[in-house]
Amino acid sequence: MPAHAGENVTFGFWVYLMSDCVLFAALFATYAVLQGATFGGPTAYDLFDLPFVFVETMLLLTSSFTMGLAVIAAREARVGKTWPSGPERRLLLLLAVTLFLGLAFLGMEVYEFWHLIAAGEGPTRSAFLSAFFTLVGTHGLHVALGAIWMCVVGAHIWFNGITTGAVRKLTILSLFWHFLDVIWICIFTFVYLFGGLAL
Amino acid sequence: MKSFKAYLTGFIFSIVLTVIAFGLLHFHIKSGHVVPPHELMVPLLILLAVAQLFIQLVFFLHLGQEEKPRWNSVAFAFAAFVVLVIVGGSLWIMNNIDHGQNDLSEIYPTGEITPQGQDD
Repeated sequence: MPAHAGENVTFGFWVYLMSDCVLFAALFATYAVLQGATFGGPTAYDLFDLPFVFVETMLLLTSSFTMGLAVIAAREARVGKTWPSGPERRLLLLLAVTLFLGLAFLGMEVYEFWHLIAAGEGPTRSAFLSAFFTLVGTHGLHVALGAIWMCVVGAHIWFNGITTGAVRKLTILSLFWHFLDVIWICIFTFVYLFGGLAL
Repeated sequence: MKSFKAYLTGFIFSIVLTVIAFGLLHFHIKSGHVVPPHELMVPLLILLAVAQLFIQLVFFLHLGQEEKPRWNSVAFAFAAFVVLVIVGGSLWIMNNIDHGQNDLSEIYPTGEITPQGQDD
């Protein structure tokens, strides 16, 4: 692979992330417009449990941090040679922690959704709830895909060691994971905290 | 080790900002939507979110730290512009959509859709 190919791959992925931003912008705009259209059903203020969302946020923030540490661990390892098991083991451990935190976040979100649907407050209840489930669900889907991707990259490192390719894959994955964190900040502010304001 | 410091700084800042945002809302609700004042909460929360986004973009996504030409930053600026147009434009139009409509309460003051006083 030419020397600049890695940079190009990273930039290409960055452009994808920016287009994903636009996707989320459309969903945020939809939510903002339909927020008040509760059709006599529950409002955001009635539904959302703030301590629950706080824990979710902490899980995702921490997973973003451990993902960053994993990238550092990968860069520190001597690329393209045989390694001592040290950095490799540390990297896999950090990835496992990140995966665990991501899955815990996802589990809480699935629980929240299941809870709402079981109470008859699913996406069919009102335009507000349709917009809410679409926005938060799309983010959740991204986290789920990120978790699968993390398993793939982890397996790659497990079998092939920390190669140049593995570092590049991990770098791109970390961009994706940090990006999801950024989207979540917008969700917890504009959906949950603004919901708590009872505007 | 420099990048470890960056990640740690970013992490601590984002945790602190999150705790402040949730804490403010907690006190706001506990005090019966009085402290901090209701009209101040929206700008405060937006300010905290923007600070948080800035921290994450700089310390985690390393925005603006690549070599020139800074294509990542250019792509980001364009995306930010599109996001602003989509969200701002949608809210602007949807909040003003009533102004283009006839006010039905003027035409039918009693609230009935069927016009009164018509012969059968």
